[in-house]
Amino acid sequence: MGLGSDMYRQQILDHYKNPRNYGELEDPTYTHIGENPMCGDEIRMDIDLADDGETIERVAFQGDGCAISQASASMLSGELVGKTLEELQEMDRDDVIDMLGVEVSPMRVKCAVLAEKVAQDGAEIYEGELDVEKTTTED
Amino acid sequence: MSQQNLEALDVGAIREEFPILQREFDNGEQLVYLDNAATTQTPDPVVDAMSDYYREYNANVHRGIHHLSQEASIAYEEAHDRVAEFIGADGREEIVFTKNTTEAENLVAYSWGLNELGPGDEIVLTEMEHHASLVTWQQIGKRTGAEVKYIRIDEDGRLDMDHASEIITDDTAMVSAVHVSNTLGTVNPVSDLVDIAHDHDALAFIDGAQAVPNRPVDVAAIDADFYAFSGHKMAGPTGIGALYGKKAILEDMQPYLYGGGMIRKVTFEDSTWDDLPWKFEPGTPQIAEAVGLVAAIDYLEEIGMERIEAHEEELARYAYEQLDAEPGIEIYGPEPGPERGGLVGFNLESVHAHDLASIMNDHAVAIRAGDHCTQPLHDKLGVAASARASFYIYNTKAEIDKLVAAIDDARQLFA
Repeated sequence: MGLGSDMYRQQILDHYKNPRNYGELEDPTYTHIGENPMCGDEIRMDIDLADDGETIERVAFQGDGCAISQASASMLSGELVGKTLEELQEMDRDDVIDMLGVEVSPMRVKCAVLAEKVAQDGAEIYEGELDVEKTTTED
Repeated sequence: MSQQNLEALDVGAIREEFPILQREFDNGEQLVYLDNAATTQTPDPVVDAMSDYYREYNANVHRGIHHLSQEASIAYEEAHDRVAEFIGADGREEIVFTKNTTEAENLVAYSWGLNELGPGDEIVLTEMEHHASLVTWQQIGKRTGAEVKYIRIDEDGRLDMDHASEIITDDTAMVSAVHVSNTLGTVNPVSDLVDIAHDHDALAFIDGAQAVPNRPVDVAAIDADFYAFSGHKMAGPTGIGALYGKKAILEDMQPYLYGGGMIRKVTFEDSTWDDLPWKFEPGTPQIAEAVGLVAAIDYLEEIGMERIEAHEEELARYAYEQLDAEPGIEIYGPEPGPERGGLVGFNLESVHAHDLASIMNDHAVAIRAGDHCTQPLHDKLGVAASARASFYIYNTKAEIDKLVAAIDDARQLFA
């Protein structure tokens, strides 16, 4: 009955309350973690590649934080399956916002893109192109 | 209490002087502004005073012979007198204008702390410190070798004064504490704290950012060595704050910012400093903001600080009781009463504070959500973030009802 928020459409709330692919993978190709220090959002993504070494086959995530960050991770965990690492790296924030299907207010964009950045940074670390322990989104 | 006899504020008349409060958003909802601990809105008399300055006597201060500069100089200098009178200081020598409370903390930390502190010295803060003082003294501690200690808070969010007496010792050089917590709302017994500091020959710095806007403050009665506050949290402009310091202490301190306007005599080899407070105010200062701050003080005193305090206490009590009656709400800090200022920090079970603030925003209710520049305190509370509704002279119980209705909406969305 409430006014309802543009940012909190049913799909977002559904993914937040019933996150898909939540948990850990056994023996994933790579695992990476990230956080928004100011919000306290945390995401850990496990990604497993197919035998071709480039196609994402399985994804799992764990996390804690606001609805936008957690729903984004849940939706991304499904979206990534079948993509190559190259396709993952080509994703940008607009792709994430399109995926969410809502207008994300400027102050919340960093929540929305956390999972994507974790998946991307994890891939770069796996490929030896990046050396960080943890991804952080500042703004 | 005497507050019972105070005449209630004429909130309707007050609201007319804040046109921003009439603002409506695309969904037709009128602004409910409950983020006053972050910054307050600015009434017409303050905007007008600053506008008059720019339209009629804008000029640089201190050094001009011409008419406009004389007018601007007098207004700027007398602003120090007005602030001194407002908080019970002895005179303009004890009032240094800064850009905010944070800069006031830094001024003392750099000018006094870096020169006076060393290994073996201790700085005592509280667990409810704002980053303005916590980060500043923490870093001064690292640079000087002084150790930083924290006075514990109890389960109700009050300072543990027994612990304060325990950790403030003859090794303590500085005690820095918030007068009113921006997260818990706790009103601290600052004059007791200052007494303990003085018993051990330590100095005491009180951060009054959340106190000066909403209650009578008398720095002489508190006996603080330093006291600081910001203009923009008390119906004044951004860009100006004030540091009060006892004259004898400020006289002994060296400036940490150098330049024009703060010197007496300069040669290629050396410089000497101007009198207080100018030696701490180099460069062209915030003249329009000083004029605006005076207008804000005039405005608040016209209403009456005791009445403002009573109004805030009443709103805080109402908000506390309404929120406390809601399922799944956890409120931080002391129960309503003289030991709580005009703000309520809380969380709604299973809804992140940022989600809550976003949903509030859809109802045009502006609240704060986040760590409120008290990350270590939030760690202690065991939460990453909290929501905060904070009140001022123009807020009403009807607005708090809208806050509660928006919370109900959030609960349903997330059920």
